[in-house]
Amino acid sequence: MTPQLSITDQPIDVAAALAAVQTEVAGAVNAFVGTVRNQSGGRPVRRLHYESYDSMALTQLGHVVAQAYEKWPMLQEVAVVHRKGTLELGDVAVVVAVATPHRAESFAACQFIIDTLKQVVTIWKREEYEDGTEWVAAHP
Amino acid sequence: MSLKISLYGITRDIVGTSVIELPAPAPATVGELLAEMRRQYPALAQLRSCAVAVNNEYAEESQALHTVDEIALIPPVAGG
Repeated sequence: MTPQLSITDQPIDVAAALAAVQTEVAGAVNAFVGTVRNQSGGRPVRRLHYESYDSMALTQLGHVVAQAYEKWPMLQEVAVVHRKGTLELGDVAVVVAVATPHRAESFAACQFIIDTLKQVVTIWKREEYEDGTEWVAAHP
Repeated sequence: MSLKISLYGITRDIVGTSVIELPAPAPATVGELLAEMRRQYPALAQLRSCAVAVNNEYAEESQALHTVDEIALIPPVAGG
């Protein structure tokens, strides 16, 4: 029941995250895999640069997962891995994996964790274009 | 009392360094810190948001600041 939360500058092993949440009491494993796409608002993106305030990011991620355990008491295992550094198109930026006894809660808990992560976890994304870079969401 | 403020993302670009030290008399609260930083670096006021973290937690404007605190400016996050 101890969530496995990490921020890494190495490529994310999605299979390892799925394996980390496997448990015999869960009949459902659900995962969200976020990847680097080739455009943003119609503007071609070459690559992404993620920056993390690691200690706070892990603290806030712990709060998010604790909220998920409160909302879905049947939630069994959780693993979240977020990449930092420079990512190329197609690279995996984040994996959220959860295990629950039944599937409905696995979808809900997984979506809650990734949605809330995006709101509170201290990770920043700079998009690189052909003609420059921009911090995502920085300005109104 | 002086304060060390860590800067991430676009706030580091705006200020031009990853850590800034505010000498005594430094701002006493989160609200005063934000006002002082926006006065010195007006571009900070153009951001969609700028929170302050104290010891890895989001802080209210009324929260008092101490020399030993780990303080950071938190521009709009964009993980995932």
